[in-house]
Amino acid sequence: MASPGTPQDDFVSARELGIVACRRCTKAWPLGTETCGRCGKALISRDPLSLQRVWAYWIMGVICYIPANIYPMLRTRTLFQYEESTIIGGAVELAHYGSYGVAAIILFASVVIPLGKFWAIAFLAISVRERTFVREGTRQLLYDVVEYIGRWSMIDIFVVAILSALVQLKTLASINPGLASIFFALSVIFTMLSAQAFDSRMIWDVQAARRRSKDDE
Amino acid sequence: MKDFADLSDPAALDDIIVCPQCDAVYRFRKPEKGERAACARCHKILIAPRRNAGLQIIAVALAVLFLIIGAAVFPFLTIDAAGAKNAVSVLDAALAFSGGPMIFLSLATAALIIFIPLLRVLLTLYVLIPLVLDRPAARHAVRAFRLSEALRPWSMAEIFAIGCAVALVKVADLANLGFGPAFWMFGILVVLVIAQDSFMCKWSVWHRLEHPKTTS
Repeated sequence: MASPGTPQDDFVSARELGIVACRRCTKAWPLGTETCGRCGKALISRDPLSLQRVWAYWIMGVICYIPANIYPMLRTRTLFQYEESTIIGGAVELAHYGSYGVAAIILFASVVIPLGKFWAIAFLAISVRERTFVREGTRQLLYDVVEYIGRWSMIDIFVVAILSALVQLKTLASINPGLASIFFALSVIFTMLSAQAFDSRMIWDVQAARRRSKDDE
Repeated sequence: MKDFADLSDPAALDDIIVCPQCDAVYRFRKPEKGERAACARCHKILIAPRRNAGLQIIAVALAVLFLIIGAAVFPFLTIDAAGAKNAVSVLDAALAFSGGPMIFLSLATAALIIFIPLLRVLLTLYVLIPLVLDRPAARHAVRAFRLSEALRPWSMAEIFAIGCAVALVKVADLANLGFGPAFWMFGILVVLVIAQDSFMCKWSVWHRLEHPKTTS
């Protein structure tokens, strides 16, 4: 059936065998079963609406990311001055004072990683519809990375929370959260939901399609 | 292609395991304790049983339970600059976003760093204790374990701990910082939460909930 040159295509998917698997507890059921008898999860062999959910959450995430960068993240008041800094503005200021390392970490965590996640999810969602030259294993790895890193973006919000609670020194200095924090948190949450909505089994369906077209020849 | 010709019989489906990540089908063989069964196509770990994993997880979960409560209540950082002092607990940090719409952020933060980790610990204990004692599963144990698994990505105690480190770097040259008891509790907590998740073999728990052992 599968040709010897392509061992990667030697896997049979549950869908081809007419069974549907539970994505939570891995148990197999005949195709058409509605809920898993072991753990109760709804069984869907491939969810045609999953990509729409991915894009809906993705768009919300991108929209929230814009005000997150326009409004101030931190409002700092010291004895002599009051200033509001955005995410990028704060990093630039740190670099100005010579803390290049911390500035780079902040830029990486709050700008590079969120933008990278938007790109990665969009690429994955498009790649299951269009032809792509990126191998399935590589795309699965990309998805795993996005799923793993997603939660870590909340670190920015926690830093703001800790600073705002801690630096309340009456007249001397105080730090308060800005409006951007709420949009940044929403952006992270929507991006996490978007990644969770993606059905990674679709990445691998091309192998079954390839085998079918080979069998037809 | 592996041969799966005899799937018309529903009982044959019990001899099969399907990778939840890439839908590849495998003949089921239970790994020995300490072995791990991984998907050969996408490398997802499917089954990873450990010896005495249940007892270990319960022990860790109990420790986490006390640490979360302790870490939430005791002061965890103190600041001291030119005579002005301030001490905050984890709960204070979570509730730092106050005023107007910020209150939602406060509630979300409190949930992510305290209440969801706490709830997951309680659910884990509820599900695992009867299983380890070879008793029938607790009522609604399936639903409890399901909720616990659904909450897994939203339990962010370890991320909060790294956030503390970043915050410390930011204010280190502004003022003198001191660590309260809760800071160290939170540090241990992070290690334990990670250990708890790596001991847990989800497949084994689902399997035991389906086929409970009984001593009678």
